[in-house]
Amino acid sequence: MGVAKYIKDEKGAIQEVTYQSGIKVKSSYGPEDLEKAGFEYDKDLGQPGEYPFTRSLHPLSYRSRAWTTRQYTGFGTPAETNERFKLMIKNGQNGLNVAFDLPTQMGYDSDHPLAQGEVGRVGMAIDSLKDFETAFAGIPLDKIGSGLTINAVATIMMAMYQATAEKFGYSKNQISTTPQNDILKEMIGRGAWIFPVEHGVRLVGDSIEYAVKELPRSNPVSLCGYHIRESGATPAQEIAYAFSIAKDYIANVTQRGIKPEDFVGRFSFNFNVYGNLWEQIAKFRAARKLWAIMLKEEYGVTDKKKLFLRGLFGGGGSGLTKEQPENNIMRSAYYALGAALSGAQTTALCSFDEAYTIPTPRSALLSLRTLEMLMDEVGLRDTVDPLAGSYFIETLTLEMEEKILEEMKDVEKWGGMTKAISSGFIQRKISAQAYKYEKGLQSGEYKKVGLNQSTEDGEAEKTDVELHEYNEEWAEKSKANLKELKRTRNDQEVSQSLAALEKAARGSDNVMPHLVKCCHAYATVGEMAGVFREVFGEWNEPDFY
Amino acid sequence: MNWHMKKKRKSVLNPNIENILSVKEILSGNKLAGARVIRLIEENDPQAFELLKQLYPYSGKAFIIGITGSPGVGKSTLINSMIQEFRKLDKKTAVVAVDPSSPVSGGAILGDRIRMQKHATDENVFIRSMASRGEKGGLSRAAKDAVIVLDTMGYEIIIIETVGAGQGEFEIANLAHSIGIVTIPGAGDGMQAVKAGILEKGDIFIVNKSDKPDVDQTLHQLNMMLEMRNSSRTDFQTTTGTDWTPKVLKTSAQNGNGVKEVVDTFLSHFDFMEKNNTFDTKKDEMEILYFNALLKDLALEKLLKYIKTSDRYVETIKEIQSCKIDPLSAAELLTDKLIER
Amino acid sequence: MKTTKKIRVLIAKPGLDGHDKGAKIVCLALRDAGMEVIYSGLHQTLDQIIQTATEEAVDVIGLSIMSGAHLPICEKLLAMMKEKGLDDIHLTVGGVIPYQDIPQLKEMGVAQVFPGGVSFEHIVTGINALETGEK
Ligand SMILES: Nc1nc2c(ncn2[C@@H]2O[C@H](COP(=O)(O)OP(=O)(O)O)[C@@H](O)[C@H]2O)c(=O)[nH]1
Ligand SMILES: [Mg+2]
Repeated sequence: MGVAKYIKDEKGAIQEVTYQSGIKVKSSYGPEDLEKAGFEYDKDLGQPGEYPFTRSLHPLSYRSRAWTTRQYTGFGTPAETNERFKLMIKNGQNGLNVAFDLPTQMGYDSDHPLAQGEVGRVGMAIDSLKDFETAFAGIPLDKIGSGLTINAVATIMMAMYQATAEKFGYSKNQISTTPQNDILKEMIGRGAWIFPVEHGVRLVGDSIEYAVKELPRSNPVSLCGYHIRESGATPAQEIAYAFSIAKDYIANVTQRGIKPEDFVGRFSFNFNVYGNLWEQIAKFRAARKLWAIMLKEEYGVTDKKKLFLRGLFGGGGSGLTKEQPENNIMRSAYYALGAALSGAQTTALCSFDEAYTIPTPRSALLSLRTLEMLMDEVGLRDTVDPLAGSYFIETLTLEMEEKILEEMKDVEKWGGMTKAISSGFIQRKISAQAYKYEKGLQSGEYKKVGLNQSTEDGEAEKTDVELHEYNEEWAEKSKANLKELKRTRNDQEVSQSLAALEKAARGSDNVMPHLVKCCHAYATVGEMAGVFREVFGEWNEPDFY
Repeated sequence: MNWHMKKKRKSVLNPNIENILSVKEILSGNKLAGARVIRLIEENDPQAFELLKQLYPYSGKAFIIGITGSPGVGKSTLINSMIQEFRKLDKKTAVVAVDPSSPVSGGAILGDRIRMQKHATDENVFIRSMASRGEKGGLSRAAKDAVIVLDTMGYEIIIIETVGAGQGEFEIANLAHSIGIVTIPGAGDGMQAVKAGILEKGDIFIVNKSDKPDVDQTLHQLNMMLEMRNSSRTDFQTTTGTDWTPKVLKTSAQNGNGVKEVVDTFLSHFDFMEKNNTFDTKKDEMEILYFNALLKDLALEKLLKYIKTSDRYVETIKEIQSCKIDPLSAAELLTDKLIER
Repeated sequence: MKTTKKIRVLIAKPGLDGHDKGAKIVCLALRDAGMEVIYSGLHQTLDQIIQTATEEAVDVIGLSIMSGAHLPICEKLLAMMKEKGLDDIHLTVGGVIPYQDIPQLKEMGVAQVFPGGVSFEHIVTGINALETGEK
């Protein structure tokens, strides 16, 4: 019965339901529950599109515009990625979302020993500006915005993006990029970190400051509760930790004399839709509200639009099963329903074969169709926040709010997220939860169709799925290009710009302008990240047990 | 669900590996051979005891350093940086890192090594993780015996990492020539460990994480405590001036700050002991302690086996069951009889 | 002397992929099954894995691979194990492994394959079976 805990009596009737975030659910709800929870219409709900935005960010929500969807692209060489980009734009996409291969994400060039077998595998391989020039050739960078799915070296990719645009004749005022750039969540979840925590946060701060001053149309950080949830956090922790992370980034930037009002409007979020339907809906409603209240009351932000919790509510990867993979198509549709019922602005779904590998074009298309059905076929655009006023949903939303605040206080006890991560507190908590949940799944305490219920015998379960092939030639091409680049570029310019970068990294100057210069000089990602590695060292991950 | 299978497992050794388990291979520093012997030691394999007997005469060349302190103070990180310094001095360095076993399952996650993993591919570094397997002090005979093997393999520096000082025969002070006690700034945690009776055992006190606030205060407190310790001592070594004055140092193990000083101080402690002829005394003491511990183990094991297989034992059990004698008198009687013989 | 055997396992994350939730919870499960687990940490080279397995004298190496590179990694590691005299150590692999790759992995010499989603019980029994010599 999903991720919640159910206690049944001997006849099989449900006696008790507890959600992952720790909220107990009653058999039915009435006006007395709202009263008990202290529900007030104006304070807790309000009109759609009005503070505190529990219902939606815009007064007409999906009536004025259906949700936007984003697809993740980028694989192999920059030339192949470029072809894909162009095709997507032709098909009507107005934004790109770029995936990078692991060597690039970890700041290694394609010829690094650790890059072996990984070049171009999970995304595009970038060694230098040359590759960006190829990948974005012919793309109108003043019209198309690009999400860059990269964290530890997000500063380098932002600089790369600007340098590319400049090479193509655009000014930095015209371009719009959204790097993921959330290093703290990498340390909790996805593991693509390089530098020690405080240096990682400093780089995030540098990029925000730079965006505020130099890149008016770019959104420097996308906070990913998503990956935190995937690693085993509860829905309440997903939101709480993302907000606590945001607070540390805000603190770093305000230290530099910049007001929150000047940059928080550029934060975006990425949250997960996997889990119990009602808990997800309450989570998103509570999150929109808490974010707005926090910015207004704690940080004195006044501009209404800057209080918006913008972002992508989607994915659901860890809800998918390897067994009976087609089930994931239906499962994802229900996750998407939850996102639609909570007024998600932007969404995207994991493809049903994602438990195996990066999605094939066919499975990506199925996800897209699922989303279209919700908007255009079954009526999710009819009215704003259709669940508003439900005794259950409103009570649950208030309870969720409480839980999120509790989890945030827990982090505060450690002196904030940076410290809580340095000490390993968060990681230990989350891996213990993940372990417990996994045991519950295996024992059947949590029901999962196709996994521990309605399973099929033996081989039938092990359906083969179509897999994305890896092409060994990608690495060879990248390495050859890199060799050629190193032969032809101006070495003196490279070493000078790298020396200036090192000086900035050692001191407190913003590294961004120096990175842009390095990119223009065709310094490689490995060389720039190498400077950071030299100056900052690498993170020593605390124990997880 | 029964995860634990009770079946007897096959030997950890396959036949062609057995050939390399020789004194010769170990003395030549063969890592594979050394590692497998340590594994046999840990498993109490009789073959290991035989090998150890042959190896023992070749041991005694290494300088053995104990690093102890509460979990999380940064011992493994510090050792990682110490390895680096010792390697700069071209010293072959080995580490035995002991972590507690889970009291519930008997299993363990051994995580010290992660901190030292950058040395994994250095020919002249050997790192071995070991679970305490229920030993209270965190150290067992296996740790001591592993050190003997590493010593004969030619490692000049052997560092033992363990939490707390322990009380057993194999406590860190009986295994290492020089002891470093690691604490962190802030009176709470770190000082607690120091107060808990291990003050006496430390040769070098290291305040790690000196990048955090309150370092100087902690350094000051430690110095005060050590002064008190010294002024209250009147034993032979103090009065003859052969007693080493404990040093207090600060490090930031993560970025290596202060670690060179730690290594230099350990080495100067070694020189000091050599100069004052206390090193050999210490080694002699350690040898006797080792002998006594072995004696206790073997005596217990052999005598118990002897008693339990005797007719008298079987009779005594019957007598207890039929209430002819109480367990206390019975145990006394049996052991007395044994000694008479 | 009474022998006291415990299975020692090296759980290793080769390469650059940082998805370590699976590796970590498997460490916890193996510990709770009474095994001694050495966790390598992230971003290991095959050389590091070989050296670690040698020095730690493990019975089993458990690779956790989510990047799709399991075939080339296993092939190379098995060759290195042979060269370094570690051929008595069982190599197992888990993570994102398509079922259709399992026969090829077994053929290569991988002792057990644990694709994502298999139960802890299955993994523990599988490793125990390797050590008792039952396949
Ligand atoms: N700030 C800081 N953290 C450190 C330092 N040394 C170690 N740590 C961190 O403290 C934690 C525990 O370190 P570890 O070496 O495993 O401690 P052990 O349990 O005593 O072996 C790790 O997260 C280290 O990164 C230091 O000098 N400064
Ligand atoms: Mg340690």
